[in-house]
Amino acid sequence: MADRGSDTRPPALSAGELARWVWRQLTSMRVALMLLFLLALAAIPGSVIPQRRANPLDVADFIERNPELARWYDRFGLFDVFNAPWFAAIYIALMVSLVGCILPRSRDHWRAMRAQPPRAPRRLERMPAYRRIVVDAPPDVVLAAAHAELRQRRHRTNRADDSVAAEAGHLRETGNLVFHLSLVIVLLAVALGSLFGYRGTVIVQERTGFANTLTQYDSLSAGTMFDARNLPPFALELDEFVWEVHESGPQRGTPADFEARVRFVPEPGEVEERRSIRVNEPLEVDGTLIHILNPGYAPAVTVRDADGEILAEGPVTFLPMDDNFTSEGVRKVPVGSGADIGIEAIFFPTAAFEDGGATSVFAGARNPMLLFTAYAGDLGINDGTAQSVFRLDTSEMEQLMVDGEPFRAALAIGETIEMPGGHGTVTFDGYVKWVQLQISRNSGKELALGGALLAVAGLVASLYMRRRRVWVRADEDEAGRTVVEVAGLARSGGGDLDGQIGDIADGLIARLPAPAADPVVRQG
Amino acid sequence: MDAAQLGEWSRILVSGAMGAFIVAWFAYSAALLRRPERELVTAGHSELSGPPAESPEAGELSGRTTDDGRSPAERSAAIGLSVSVVATALLAAGVLTRALAIERVPWGNMHEFSITGSLVAAVVFLAFARTRLGQALAVWLVLTLVLVLGLAVTVLYVAPGPLVPALQSYWLVIHVGMAVVAFGLFTVSAVLSGLQIAAERAARKGRATSLPESGTLDRLAYRLIAVAFPIWTIGPLILGAVWAEVSWGRYWNWDPKETWALITWLAYAAYLHARATAGWKGTKASVISLVGYGTVLFSYFAVNMIFNGLHSYGGV
Ligand code: HEM
Repeated sequence: MADRGSDTRPPALSAGELARWVWRQLTSMRVALMLLFLLALAAIPGSVIPQRRANPLDVADFIERNPELARWYDRFGLFDVFNAPWFAAIYIALMVSLVGCILPRSRDHWRAMRAQPPRAPRRLERMPAYRRIVVDAPPDVVLAAAHAELRQRRHRTNRADDSVAAEAGHLRETGNLVFHLSLVIVLLAVALGSLFGYRGTVIVQERTGFANTLTQYDSLSAGTMFDARNLPPFALELDEFVWEVHESGPQRGTPADFEARVRFVPEPGEVEERRSIRVNEPLEVDGTLIHILNPGYAPAVTVRDADGEILAEGPVTFLPMDDNFTSEGVRKVPVGSGADIGIEAIFFPTAAFEDGGATSVFAGARNPMLLFTAYAGDLGINDGTAQSVFRLDTSEMEQLMVDGEPFRAALAIGETIEMPGGHGTVTFDGYVKWVQLQISRNSGKELALGGALLAVAGLVASLYMRRRRVWVRADEDEAGRTVVEVAGLARSGGGDLDGQIGDIADGLIARLPAPAADPVVRQG
Repeated sequence: MDAAQLGEWSRILVSGAMGAFIVAWFAYSAALLRRPERELVTAGHSELSGPPAESPEAGELSGRTTDDGRSPAERSAAIGLSVSVVATALLAAGVLTRALAIERVPWGNMHEFSITGSLVAAVVFLAFARTRLGQALAVWLVLTLVLVLGLAVTVLYVAPGPLVPALQSYWLVIHVGMAVVAFGLFTVSAVLSGLQIAAERAARKGRATSLPESGTLDRLAYRLIAVAFPIWTIGPLILGAVWAEVSWGRYWNWDPKETWALITWLAYAAYLHARATAGWKGTKASVISLVGYGTVLFSYFAVNMIFNGLHSYGGV
């Protein structure tokens, strides 16, 4: 094998030796570097291709447009990159490499920290930084002064008969190890957090409430160790949702401010508090955070039968379709005695008529209008299958017609219209606003943050501390004076080693009993 | 003066700064062309035995000096430097008026981020513009500034206005502020890394250049990255996560912007590893540095404008 001359090829040896070879490769700097790159590369598709967890609608849209490609994407988990096995494989390999690299280094470093700095080599003048001084003080006085000077400069020292050896900058390696170990802490914290944490959303209309139990959520995702019994038992009522919109300027129509004013009960039986939730200012209970996600409108209609009997009333949540909050939704009206009624409507907060069609021209409600059509038949509510509250299942229903055209009506607030075929009337009463709240707990975040800050501290030490060795030797020359040699060796790049050695030499002279009889300094 | 007028002034000042940088660029280019080649083979390259490049003017010019005893090249470089100082002052004034117009920190959108980041890079550059290294860097750095400022006052321009609610936070000041600083430092280091590659190639081929020694460029690029990397770690990554938790209820969302901040971080971590690995200093490390800067640019331009994530920062 020797003729191959390359340490990167696996030698054809026993399984044990092969394993050791693989381990050596895995924990080498070169492989660490490659894994870092690989991880960076692997994260790219997750930012370019729509991801199921973040944008399920975009993913559905993508699949519809590119069914063939989507099949391949799905096969490789490209719609959920950050949970794909191959992505996990890369970062786990990196972590294994990291730990495998760090542990032996920690052991070596521990030993090195307790070992004495190595003795002065014989020929100090060969060191990269060197000073030679001749003084009158006897050698042991000089060495005592050198020892004191180096101590003061926070070197670890080792005194011998004719010399002092010193070392500085162990913090560099310590910092580096702390940095890498902290990365492991951060990753573990994130992993633990995803086991215990949860995140749910719910849409709450003004003047309605929410109690924090599993059944009230619109959606909830949680880690495998999450226990619904640990949900903090709070409840809230949304009094008002303040939604200010820029009226002018380049940002016209974009939101200026959101504020959800709620009456909040932290636990059943406790007193109600008035609180507000704003963007960047979530409400916190027991480590659970309540955030504002999105706003919207819930128009209210009253449906009466031909006799004026109220069949349905109250606001219904509509979903926004564009930046001006043109919103769509349905009102399902089960009618016990006859055909059910289904209303399919579009709400325009600020309606304007262009090219014969209606649009909303502003997100705020300046000129609210409801455009709707209606169906009669069987809503299918009672057949036991789950239904979307935002869609009408019209398979068993017929659209109401007027003169052979589908029935359509546009109502301003307070207006009423009669539906054709004696199906009664519809009144547009107004609207309330709704806000989608997110309720989440990020377990382990304190640990992750602590780990991250520790990592930065270690990183800074690792990048800015300089490791160096310094030696001072003092010998008597023929004339009876003392020759002092100060030499230094940098063990990490950068830094002004020569200047440092000069400073140490100067400090040493200053410590000698005066007069130092004009010391002769020679620079190496 | 109202916000709109101040905003217009800021745009004019920044455009002025860009114009001045263009002048500075010409002056520095002239300095480069007028510099006699013999003078260019500097101490760092003295071990090279390559033939001096053919340059007829160089021979003529090398002996010539002007009244004040400076060579034409030195005079051009001095003009470049003075104009750069003026340009930087104009830019600083532009950033300041912008800040006054919007009454908050000037990094709330890409236009503001670009002009403030350019100011950081320009100040870093002026700090060592007089060194030989600074002179070698000048042409490239000034050109980069011209391009960034040109984009800032055209396609990236937005009139002063309030921020969307999610950005109305003191986190913006710290989080984006640190990103601006790191962005400026990464920009300078990328120019250095590019020059390092050129210098090393020239040295290998024995060609004389006006560039400083490749080792010097390599070390300086490393130092700037060693400053920028912890800033990137704290600002965009850690504080970004803290802000995300406050703002979105989850500290890490794999939003495209976050993902790219992480990709940048990994690339520069790879660079630092490369620098610490025997045999990877020099061109190989510089290439990684350029890849890292590529990810910075990508996350700034492409991610802001193309992807539709949770970050409401883009919005040109
Ligand atoms: C998550 C993966 C990793 C990241 C983000 C990372 C990051 C870093 C950074 C930023 C530095 C620069 C600090 C400095 O220059 O002193 C560094 C240094 C270092 N890393 Fe890593 N690292 C990782 C994994 C590893 C692995 C797996 C190894 C083992 C092969 C390793 C070995 C080292 C060594 C020996 C240094 C010191 C270089 C020097 O002497 O300056 N790292 N690392």
